[in-house]
Amino acid sequence: MAAEFGARPLIWGTLYSSVLALLISTPIALGIAIFIAELAPQWLRKPLVFLTELLAAIPSIVYGLWGIFVLVPLVRQFELNTPEWLKSLPLFKGPPVGVGMLSAAIILSIMVIPFTSSVAREVLKAVPQAQREGAFALGATRWEAIRMALFYVRTGIVGAVMLGFGRALGETMAVTMVIGNNAQITTSLYAPQYTMAAVIANEFAEAADNIHLSALVEIGLVLFVVTLIINTLSRLLIWSMARPGRPSFLRATLKRAA
Amino acid sequence: MRDLWRRGLSLSVLIFCGSSVLLALVPLAFILFYVVTQGVTALNLDFFRHTPAPVGETGGGMANAIVGSLIVTALGALFAIPVGVLSGLYAAEYRGTRFASATRFAADTLNGVPSIVIGVFAYGVAVLPFKHFSALAGGFALGIMMIPLIMRTTEELLLLVPSSLREGALALGATRGRAVFTVVLPAALPGIVTGILLALARIAGETAPLLFTSLNNGFWSTDVKQPIATLTVQVFAYAIAPYEDWHRQAWAGALVLVAIVLLCSMLARLATARMERLHRGA
Repeated sequence: MAAEFGARPLIWGTLYSSVLALLISTPIALGIAIFIAELAPQWLRKPLVFLTELLAAIPSIVYGLWGIFVLVPLVRQFELNTPEWLKSLPLFKGPPVGVGMLSAAIILSIMVIPFTSSVAREVLKAVPQAQREGAFALGATRWEAIRMALFYVRTGIVGAVMLGFGRALGETMAVTMVIGNNAQITTSLYAPQYTMAAVIANEFAEAADNIHLSALVEIGLVLFVVTLIINTLSRLLIWSMARPGRPSFLRATLKRAA
Repeated sequence: MRDLWRRGLSLSVLIFCGSSVLLALVPLAFILFYVVTQGVTALNLDFFRHTPAPVGETGGGMANAIVGSLIVTALGALFAIPVGVLSGLYAAEYRGTRFASATRFAADTLNGVPSIVIGVFAYGVAVLPFKHFSALAGGFALGIMMIPLIMRTTEELLLLVPSSLREGALALGATRGRAVFTVVLPAALPGIVTGILLALARIAGETAPLLFTSLNNGFWSTDVKQPIATLTVQVFAYAIAPYEDWHRQAWAGALVLVAIVLLCSMLARLATARMERLHRGA
């Protein structure tokens, strides 16, 4: 019995959905980190940290459930009412079914925000106070001082974004439930697509024969290696940043979990 | 003119930062609102008392899945707590050695491995050799996910214990092992328990590693060598099924899940707040 398997559309789906999610989530996550670390009054910081970290505590399956029954119908409404001038772009071509790349990217970006923002917040703490004061003394506006701080910790910020990327690549349940599970390579945001994690989740328990199982395990290996590289790089970047003060893993975990 | 531009830019960036906080809180409120409102209407006593009804019949519940989740999570904890605590102990005691750094790095790496990949690994180790799915395999997968979390919190907390305590024990003639196990470890114990709670909160909501390790089970089962139903896998199965009544049950399951996860996090948070006060007082 011969069988042919290919992972190209799956690798495409994983990368495309994760990159889209990063495009949406990075500005928002950095905005949150800056707001909490630099702008918010002291009394507001703790509650805001708690609320954003709550996003990380919600189980993936609950995101998926919400995605199927709330987000996907909303996205379908949007797709049905796409303005004509948008439809000429390849991004917005495709069947207005709701499930597909757009829903997956939106849900992934929500899930990634707390990870990126909490690391970025920790990293911003490494900026010496004198740096900010110096900027203000030279007549900088708030934004110019913040830009200076961001530049100072740029490696750490890149690390934070990459950590989010690693999370997005491996996210399984929520994506499986809204991406449409159709292996194809297309840039269309509306088209149902498929990811590596999703194909494992869907087919593994029902793999008919050994070769099918082996193919799925190999996809798992690819996913493992890619996330390993991304995570290692991001950790090195964050570590190189946090060296002045010892990074508190406990505190980071506590915040993430609660 | 240029000054005006700079001020304007600064203000608009500040506004962007503020609104991105709101932008992130909207989905949070949206999700919690739906889980609570949809879940509450579907939640009743039967949900906790009955096993799933056959297709086409309404009613039934997730009693077997709730018990299954408890069993699988407990199995995971049983496996992960000794490994996690002892490796954390090692990393703290032999801090600075090359092997301790390697252990720490391995734990951080393991922490970033996608849960679905952990599931594949657990399948290879705990399902394939025995030729059938089992609660044990599910527990093994969850345990692997808990180990790095428990290890790193244990390490952090052991380092917080004042060195005078350890030195006192050593001065009284205790061996290193005795000092660690009878003085340092007990001092850090409340914190370690908190770390374990946090790890439990994080893995209680996991679905992906259970899909093909503990599988699912439509019937009441507490046999750890057999496939077992879990809350998360059951919610997944119901969510993608085409039956209205199952969707209601999925929402109820999600509500129970969120309640469990938040409860664990809250407990841990309270415990840490108390500990921080203690440390500051001392």
